[in-house]
Amino acid sequence: MRPLLEIREFHVAYGKVEAVRGVGLTMQQGQIVTVIGPNGAGKTTLLAAAAGLLRSRGQVIYDGVDLERIDVEERVERGLCLVPERRELFGDMAVADNLLLGAYARRRHGADVKQTLQQVFARFPRLAERQGQKAQTLSGGERQMLALGRALMAKPRLLMLDEPSLGLAPIMVREIFHIVASLRQLGVSILLVEQNARAALETSDYGYVLEMGEITHQGPSAALAHDGRVVTTYLGGTS
Amino acid sequence: MTPDIGLILGIDGIATGSIYILVGLGLVLIFSVTRVVFVPFGDIVAFSALTLASMQLGRMPGTIYLIVTLAVVACLVETGQHLWRRQPQRIARGLFGYGVLPLIPAAVAFLTAGHLPVWAQIPLAIALVVPIGPLIERIALRPLADASILLLLVVSVALTFGLSGLGLLFFGPEGFRTRPLTDEIFRFGPVVLSTQTILMVATAGIFSLLLFLFFEQTLIGKALRATSVNRIGARIVGIRPGNAAALAFLLASLLGAVSGILIGPTTTLYYDSGFIIGLKAFVGAIIGGLTSYPGTALGALLIGVLESFASFWDSSLKEVVVFSVLIPVLLWRSLSLGRVDEEDHEVEE
Ligand SMILES: Nc1ncnc2c1ncn2[C@@H]1O[C@H](COP(=O)(O)OP(=O)(O)OP(=O)(O)O)[C@@H](O)[C@H]1O
Ligand SMILES: [Mg+2]
Repeated sequence: MRPLLEIREFHVAYGKVEAVRGVGLTMQQGQIVTVIGPNGAGKTTLLAAAAGLLRSRGQVIYDGVDLERIDVEERVERGLCLVPERRELFGDMAVADNLLLGAYARRRHGADVKQTLQQVFARFPRLAERQGQKAQTLSGGERQMLALGRALMAKPRLLMLDEPSLGLAPIMVREIFHIVASLRQLGVSILLVEQNARAALETSDYGYVLEMGEITHQGPSAALAHDGRVVTTYLGGTS
Repeated sequence: MTPDIGLILGIDGIATGSIYILVGLGLVLIFSVTRVVFVPFGDIVAFSALTLASMQLGRMPGTIYLIVTLAVVACLVETGQHLWRRQPQRIARGLFGYGVLPLIPAAVAFLTAGHLPVWAQIPLAIALVVPIGPLIERIALRPLADASILLLLVVSVALTFGLSGLGLLFFGPEGFRTRPLTDEIFRFGPVVLSTQTILMVATAGIFSLLLFLFFEQTLIGKALRATSVNRIGARIVGIRPGNAAALAFLLASLLGAVSGILIGPTTTLYYDSGFIIGLKAFVGAIIGGLTSYPGTALGALLIGVLESFASFWDSSLKEVVVFSVLIPVLLWRSLSLGRVDEEDHEVEE
């Protein structure tokens, strides 16, 4: 089967410093794949470059197409969407407007967008309650929901999530992972970057460990969760 | 000063202020979407009045040559960029947008010069002038989209010199005043209103309302706001900042062109008269904080009224008075509101 996403020999640099060095990563349609690793390993850089926000060397092949000359906006139109670490919400605009703009790439399918909006509201009732509120006044958890909801409005085929549980209370973390797992039923494939390695490995099918810009371990998530070094470094010693 | 004179000055000031509102809204629109303080914006106002004046005199408007010049350069830039990025499939669309579209009104004006019916002159003058903004954006500002506000400002100042040079070349050094649409005057007790005044105030009101509806009710309007609130956020939902910038410049150009038509009969304009108009509207926009539309409208109105009264006391000092206002306003702004931030992220943290 043709992989949905294939990243080969990927390099991303800030000036002279390479933050991602020769990374390779493959994921199939319908999979949840996670990338874990310590702070500063290059996870955010990897996702931002795959979305087209940063210049890179190497190949990103998505759905059989080399994305080299395809800009961020067209990647979104093709269903490759990013929820960035900083969320990048439209702070001064209402929650409902943030969501509607999430479907900007699908603006020619008006009726369909309305339906998607109802689905997002059904998934996140909190957002429905707070439709008219400005995004910048939302609580941290509500913002994560809005960022996720906005990305879902684009009907992504491959959703790249950068630390969706960042800064959330444990109960919300569980909720977010529950949602991530449930997205698979919608046919959305997910590339998940997480600090919360245990939950990420429990939710995903396959995992990569990124350290200092390089992939050091990889394997099916269940196997990684029992790998001695991964356990001691990222899962707090007990498994 | 008697109350009667005060009233006349007040009305006059509101009329002038209406022009500054239109120009100020254009400046804010461009600044918030592209972060460019578009110094040459006033030139679009003057060029629009001069275009209409040439048409009324049965001459060939210099705007035609200006547009042809800008369109040729823009097409070269556009094609060059697509070849450089190896996306030749986009060239045709670029040439259509930056070559064919702006040249349509120019061609119409060229072919009908001298025997154009009066009713068609104003719309055609506006259509001729509107492409100036987007063309300049494409040529000089798009390639610098990621530059700092300061660099963009420097380029903007340089553009002002370039554009007024072209203005001199194509319009000549003479001053013109367009014929008023009507000379009718209404009296309500002590209040005397000319149709021109009513037209100015009503147009400013209508365009402000339309702009408001555009930003609140349409997806494209919201996309423009989104671009000004968070450029990265806009990109990751599929809004191209380049397209947003082109649209912002197009709408602003329209506001500028309409202002020119309105101001044309009230004062003699020269190829370089736009600068001072733009500057006054800019002061109005600064009072509003450079990012707020209602604030800008209020500030612009204030400048209009202030100018009107200042010119009654001493017409040679009116510019001094208006620009002196800028200093306390800037002080008050920097103390009370903090600065306009370079970063997109001030609200995201
Ligand atoms: N804009 C930038 N300019 C220079 N260096 C940067 C920039 N952004 C990130 N870096 C550096 O690149 C490296 C990788 O950063 P990145 O944000 O990708 O890490 P990360 O794995 O996402 O970390 P975290 O888990 O803390 O989010 C770090 O050393 C960081 O300091
Ligand atoms: Mg990160």
